[in-house]
Amino acid sequence: MKMQKLALAIVLAVGFALPAQAAGETEHPPRVKWSFAGPFGLYDRAQLQRGFKVYREVCQACHSLSLLSFRNLAEPGGPGFTEAQARVIAEEYRVQDGPNDAGEMFERPGRLADRFPKPFPNDNAARAANGGALPPDMSVIAKARTYERGFPWFLFDIVTQFQEQGPDYIVALMNGYEDPPQGFQLPPGSHYNKYFPGHAIGMPKPLSDGQVTYDDGAPQTVDQYAKDVTAFLMWAAEPHMEARKRIGFQVMIFLLVFAGLMYFTKKKVWADVHAHP
Amino acid sequence: MSGHSTYQPQHPFMKWMERRLPIAGLVYSSFIAYPTPRNLNYWWTFGGILTVMLAAQIITGVVLAMHYTPHVDFAFNSIEGIMRDVNYGRLLRYLHSNGASMFFIAVYVHIARGMYYGSYKEPREVLWILGVIIYLLMMATGFMGYVLPWGQMSYWGAVVITNLFSAFPGVGEAIVTWLWGGFAVGNPTLNRFFSLHYLLPFVIAGVVVLHVWALHVVGQNNPTGVEPKTDKDTVAFTPYATVKDAFFLICFFLLYGWFVFYIPNYLGHADNYIPANPAVTPAHIVPEWYYLPFYAILRAIPDKLMGVLALGGSILILAFLPWLDTSKVRSARYRPLYRQFFWIFIATVVGLGYLGSKPPEGGYVIAARILTIYYFAHFLIVLPLLGLFEKTKPLPNSISESVLKDGEPIGASAPAKG
Repeated sequence: MKMQKLALAIVLAVGFALPAQAAGETEHPPRVKWSFAGPFGLYDRAQLQRGFKVYREVCQACHSLSLLSFRNLAEPGGPGFTEAQARVIAEEYRVQDGPNDAGEMFERPGRLADRFPKPFPNDNAARAANGGALPPDMSVIAKARTYERGFPWFLFDIVTQFQEQGPDYIVALMNGYEDPPQGFQLPPGSHYNKYFPGHAIGMPKPLSDGQVTYDDGAPQTVDQYAKDVTAFLMWAAEPHMEARKRIGFQVMIFLLVFAGLMYFTKKKVWADVHAHP
Repeated sequence: MSGHSTYQPQHPFMKWMERRLPIAGLVYSSFIAYPTPRNLNYWWTFGGILTVMLAAQIITGVVLAMHYTPHVDFAFNSIEGIMRDVNYGRLLRYLHSNGASMFFIAVYVHIARGMYYGSYKEPREVLWILGVIIYLLMMATGFMGYVLPWGQMSYWGAVVITNLFSAFPGVGEAIVTWLWGGFAVGNPTLNRFFSLHYLLPFVIAGVVVLHVWALHVVGQNNPTGVEPKTDKDTVAFTPYATVKDAFFLICFFLLYGWFVFYIPNYLGHADNYIPANPAVTPAHIVPEWYYLPFYAILRAIPDKLMGVLALGGSILILAFLPWLDTSKVRSARYRPLYRQFFWIFIATVVGLGYLGSKPPEGGYVIAARILTIYYFAHFLIVLPLLGLFEKTKPLPNSISESVLKDGEPIGASAPAKG
């Protein structure tokens, strides 16, 4: 056993210690306390509504949300708008439809079944308006961003169910605009961000204090805006999360009881083998 | 290896049927009366778990295919349509994507169990080789399935893996073009991957039938590695093995459910939620976790062709295991040295897996090279020599002797039902 342990130690050392010299770490986004984290996590309706307001008044100018429909706003597990409210929101948008009987495309007010219209007619138009950088679609962006957790944290995450690296990164990015450090060569048209990979981001600082008016008394700060819009984007990326976790709990309870019953059944069946060899 | 009982049809219809197509008798002898060693531990339940996972993957996969569009312009959004608008589509999709990982967890346990207890040794060589073929088919199926969502990792994974074939001198480029169905990974590639991803699971099911057939000819190995000699050494498959398999299958489902319901994207890569873009290469192209040890071996070798050959060799070498291991004793329980080398080998594979997820630079490459050399040394040096020099412990005379430690007299044979 001694030799076994020694050999294991050597293998682990080769596997994990040697590479440690190679790692050059960038700063990790700080952890944010999310209402939707954990096995019973739920979206905060008020936060989703505030986040939607931030999206509409700020992000929407450049970022599409093309996989979301207006009807989603009134669906259970979401921001909790009534169907009437969602309809009013939809009607505030102009949606291209057609061709009509005359063969022409036309614009009409949005309906519940419509997807959120894109701010630019195509990617090239979006690039042209944004100094060559394409503002990504935001429908699943909360699941499409992450940062490296590293050993051994990625193992603990299985048990703690920590999976909010994406939302944490987005909040950090919103808060991460600062002056470039001495000697940093910032390419023209880009902005320095502490958390962006490579630090040179095309998007100028999108949020500033007091920019969006909240009517529920929540603080009107960049940090609060960032958290709210990120929660909204997490819901947009995973609109059925609450139902998933709810069913999951029922399934896990069922499986636990089932496993318990099977355990005692197994004991009973095998009892005669153990008793009468 | 005599059976505990044979099938005696009672009902007139079953008697009529048995003379024409003895399927009930086949099921009875294979899954009810089939004698199974009485000392099997829970590591032996993974064969049953794998069968259930294959069925689960086929069922969820067939339903997903009803909603999926294999076209480069629509694939990504059709998956998002499944996630958002198909009834329980999100559940089906997470069951399927995490099911693949659970399938591989189970197969790795199953393979490791076979290695620990020497289940590949005479007369189970063909059984073992059929298992290696299933594993190869699983890898191909899993790889093509990961390409279907057409995210960044899907696309770039397909580019990297198909490009491996270009390493072969002379014919390499032609093979790659033929695989792609064009001059780059594109719509024809996605189409054929979808077609094959749908086909291969049924091929796997066919080889599984052969695998089970071979198993039922030679019988199961057991933790002692000593063949059953009398009926006292075995119990009937039903109810003994079935109830044990069922209990542990439910426990395995708890793990499966944990991933599906609580951390469904943990085993995936965030970049695969970005639609495929041939113009933007991800910072690190990483395959699914179950390929990482082999990916590390591939990248450990500086020469591309040698790397590809090492990658293929690292898997194919498993097929020769019955002849590379020269020891007459099967179970590691009676092989004190082999037991230690087994765990070193497991640690090596885990270490390679970790290195496969890291960028190929600096210390990572050096570590991967050391572990790659050891991986092959385990098969080509350690196992052949160990069989010649190792002093093994005395084997028990029979399974029942090893089970009944306090030497109580063996009276009635194990009660067999039916």
